[in-house]
Amino acid sequence: MTSYIYPKFGYRRSQEQAEGIVKRHPIVVIGAGPIGLTAALDCAARGQPVVVLDDNDTVSIGSRAVCYAKRPLEIWDRLGCAAPMVERGVSWNVGKVFFQDQMSYQFDLLPEAGHQWPAMINLQQYHLEEMLVAKCSANPLIELRWKHRLISLKQAADHAVLAVETPDGIFTMEAQWVIACDGANSDVRKMVGAEFTGQFFQDRFLIADVAMKADFPTERWFWFDPPFHRGQSVLLHRQADNLWRIDFQLGWDADPDEEKRPERVIPRIRAMLGEDTEFVLEWVSIYQFACRRIDNFRQGRVLFAGDAAHQVSPFGARGANTGVQDIDNLAWKLAMVLRGEASEALLDSYHEERAYAADDNILNSTRATDFITPKTKVSRYFRDAVLELARHHGFARPLVNSGRLSTPTPYVTSALNTPDDDAMMGGVRPGTNAADAPITADGKPVWFLHCLGDAFTVVTFGKETDKTEIAVGPFKAKLIVVGRDIADPSGLLAERYGASPGTTYLFRPDQYVAARWTGFDDARIADAMLRASGHDIAGRKELAA
Amino acid sequence: MMLNLSPNIADPDDFYAELINSQRDLDEDQALRMNARLILLLANHVGDRRVLTEAIGCARTGGG
Repeated sequence: MTSYIYPKFGYRRSQEQAEGIVKRHPIVVIGAGPIGLTAALDCAARGQPVVVLDDNDTVSIGSRAVCYAKRPLEIWDRLGCAAPMVERGVSWNVGKVFFQDQMSYQFDLLPEAGHQWPAMINLQQYHLEEMLVAKCSANPLIELRWKHRLISLKQAADHAVLAVETPDGIFTMEAQWVIACDGANSDVRKMVGAEFTGQFFQDRFLIADVAMKADFPTERWFWFDPPFHRGQSVLLHRQADNLWRIDFQLGWDADPDEEKRPERVIPRIRAMLGEDTEFVLEWVSIYQFACRRIDNFRQGRVLFAGDAAHQVSPFGARGANTGVQDIDNLAWKLAMVLRGEASEALLDSYHEERAYAADDNILNSTRATDFITPKTKVSRYFRDAVLELARHHGFARPLVNSGRLSTPTPYVTSALNTPDDDAMMGGVRPGTNAADAPITADGKPVWFLHCLGDAFTVVTFGKETDKTEIAVGPFKAKLIVVGRDIADPSGLLAERYGASPGTTYLFRPDQYVAARWTGFDDARIADAMLRASGHDIAGRKELAA
Repeated sequence: MMLNLSPNIADPDDFYAELINSQRDLDEDQALRMNARLILLLANHVGDRRVLTEAIGCARTGGG
């Protein structure tokens, strides 16, 4: 049994508040949750100083987000913090779905071999935040300011003015750009008057962290209508330190205050675990969820990310996982704009690409919610028929929806992509995140994604050249030649990228494919690089000249 | 031909959502009537009498 001790981060009066001077910062992040802390790390990794404001002085209470998928782990690895998360967390692949008193079917995430990171880990949000805080604290470009509450935000033409309250009173800061990561009930969103619309679900869920020594395997177990919780659903997940997370569906008529009382929660857990299992209830919360998103991720000088920009139902682990990918998309664009290498128009592509991803997430999570909580008697009959048939027949199993687990949404329609020419087949399409593969460099085994780094990178297969970079305007792309700089002994890299001799890929600074060709052509690469950084045709011609 | 009991619908989530959404604004009686019409339409499309007999038996027992 374990009980987590919440750290307390010290409040310090800032120099600017002490001296009463109004200082303009390039980037101010609001909210030190997983998304805000990731934003700070990614902006700092791109050379930008960041100030993070948080109204509290500790980490998340309770396990909350729990599940982290492969793509966020790749992003956190780029920022140098994935390995301890995976080590501390619990990796799992098998999910079981139960209907009433029997197993309906089981699935295996069956992660493809030859990737560095697992498909999914479970880790309490407070552990994850503590690791991110430690990483931020060690970075001289990041200043974490605890007990700093934003009380008003006013937009000017080229900055925002922030009134901030601390234990020492109220002071004023300015920010060239604000990244709002202050969660689903975002105050910043209200301050800028943005719309946040979508669908509310008439259902309530009880979520509990339970410490116990139990012999459940490390799997995701989902029950529809189980004997111990009739008519509703239950989800069980293992986390680090023998802590288990249990989500009970309660229905719309449940009284949230009543249901949170331990006298109500403990009998529910006992009915599920049996009389003999000893457990300690560590944390309990009730929520009603919604699927909605902000009308525009960019509101003048304020950029919204994570739950502040979009809220999804929890089935499929799409909340925090999507938020981390918002930051992956935003940080390099913001750094380019701050360095004057791209115009503000590049930031509009942040909305374009991430709103597209948010809508995809909302669609998936709405469908899962509709399956888990049927709205009518007849739709409940369909749901139960699917679960009954799935026990015996393969055809019904793909229809069972207890949450489709988070995978990255390709930006297939993005204006930053250079369209394929007709000869390009298979592989990784423009707008898609780079596929990892085991390769060798200097004869030593390494991972492909590590070679891509965090700037534009060109990878070409089998081309004979002395060049090591492609430069255009303010940009320099590292040129990696497969066969010269790295080797692909397993052939997996060529297979995943559909490569034959001459195949060339351009990767963006967030490791997404910007363009690809069947042959190597400097001028085309240069043009694609400028397009991926938001330059229009006239601007591209001027910079290329 | 035998009754196909392997997955056969591309994008099953999209199909299921279309089915459920098509009845969202119907009351129970209207939805049950729609289901009857839908079964008859699909049965006609299948056509094969042996397959239909097999499907009726399978649905009747709950799949087992």
